[in-house]
Amino acid sequence: MAITPPQFLLHHDGDNVAVAMTDLQPGTLQGRSVKEGTESTAVLNHAIPLGHKFALADLAEGDSIIKYGIKVGLASAAIKKGDYIHTHNMRSYRWEASRA
Amino acid sequence: MGSKPRLMGYRRENGTMGIRNHVIILPLDDLSNAAAEAVAKVIPGTLALPHAFGRLQFGEDLQLTFDTLIGTGVNANVAAVVVIGIEPKWTQRVADGIAKTGKPVAAFSIEGKGDLQVIQEASRVAAMFLQDASGLVRTEAEMGDMIMSIKCGESDTTSGLGSCPTTSQAVDRWVDAGGTVFFGETSELTGGEHLIAERCIDAATRELFQLTYDNYIKVIEATGANLLGSQPTQGNIAGGLTTIEEKALGNIAKTGSVPVVGVLKPAEMPSASKPGLYFMDSSSAAAECVTLMAAGGAVIHLFPTGQGNVIGNPIVPVLKLTANIKTAKSMTEHIDLDVSGLLRYEYDLTKAGDMMMDVIYDTVNGRLCKAEVMGHREFTFTKLYISA
Repeated sequence: MAITPPQFLLHHDGDNVAVAMTDLQPGTLQGRSVKEGTESTAVLNHAIPLGHKFALADLAEGDSIIKYGIKVGLASAAIKKGDYIHTHNMRSYRWEASRA
Repeated sequence: MGSKPRLMGYRRENGTMGIRNHVIILPLDDLSNAAAEAVAKVIPGTLALPHAFGRLQFGEDLQLTFDTLIGTGVNANVAAVVVIGIEPKWTQRVADGIAKTGKPVAAFSIEGKGDLQVIQEASRVAAMFLQDASGLVRTEAEMGDMIMSIKCGESDTTSGLGSCPTTSQAVDRWVDAGGTVFFGETSELTGGEHLIAERCIDAATRELFQLTYDNYIKVIEATGANLLGSQPTQGNIAGGLTTIEEKALGNIAKTGSVPVVGVLKPAEMPSASKPGLYFMDSSSAAAECVTLMAAGGAVIHLFPTGQGNVIGNPIVPVLKLTANIKTAKSMTEHIDLDVSGLLRYEYDLTKAGDMMMDVIYDTVNGRLCKAEVMGHREFTFTKLYISA
């Protein structure tokens, strides 16, 4: 079943964030959804390390960030498709006080 | 899987099955650590379990300390116990709690004697316990005889993608074979607690789970604190996890697909007649959580990690697995199983589960895990509130 290692993975089709599978440089990347196995490409705007996330869609401040098909936080700033996502532009919606 | 070796363990007096054969020197309180550690030096092969508490605790907090001490002594990985405390009454209370299993146990108190006399008396008993324990032999065991616990740590985004789903494979196989598994980390379900509630086997279990979760979270939220850096931890954030909800879904990804059959208080033992997956109310701090689960009877622990946690336990082998290739390469002395190939699509999840089961079988049958080899023996109590 071996295939070319994906450069990014998303958990479910429809998630609006993906995870870097190696240290990535900006550019066009090959990826895959874990649940459905759907292959896709995405353009990354920033260099990000293994395990860090980037946006698969444009997001406005307050938009839900979806991973595992479930809301895992809110955009705390406007985010462009391909942008690095972490504590600088994403926050918990359950623990209001928990933000960078 | 057809050529699986047999599982072999130590059948204890009360019918439980252990995979290790420790003779432990258990201090009741911080003051008795020195004497307990001295006994373990006089009788090499016994194991002292020093810890920081046990004095002037009261109410539920004291009860949890008793439950943790007694549960540790009762654990099937323990062959015999020497309890040492400053005062006789509480020392005897712990020894009596352990003695109910039929396991050899002896109690010594320091007041009125001093450390040196206690060390001498306790060492004589420890010597006898150790020799007797060494004569016990492993007999055939089944997964249904044993309790496994799971808890992840220094998680990152690879945990939810690789090491936690691999752990899930082991959880489902263990429970399907009639075994019992504990998971916990109450605050670390936040954002996915509904997924656990949905998996509770009946309405009463669901209600108890929700109440337990809500009570824990109330305490955290009442502080109004910014938890970023604590939960998720700095390590989680360095690994790419941003929010508690994101971390929680990775955490939950290790709990398998079987129903949740019960909710346990910290360090509570489940009913032997009701195997399956249990939620134990617990801190998400690694050593606290594993200590509580060991006190509840777990004899083997699976510990998925992302950025690389080093935790062990004095009496329970803590097996580490990671899907983070950097961690697998940089922390080889701590990682028992590298499943990073899963994320490169070199093999599928079933195969990763097979690899996990192979490591579990070896560990059950006596092969030391990395944490045991490295001497990681974190024995850490959960404190519910200040001492009097």
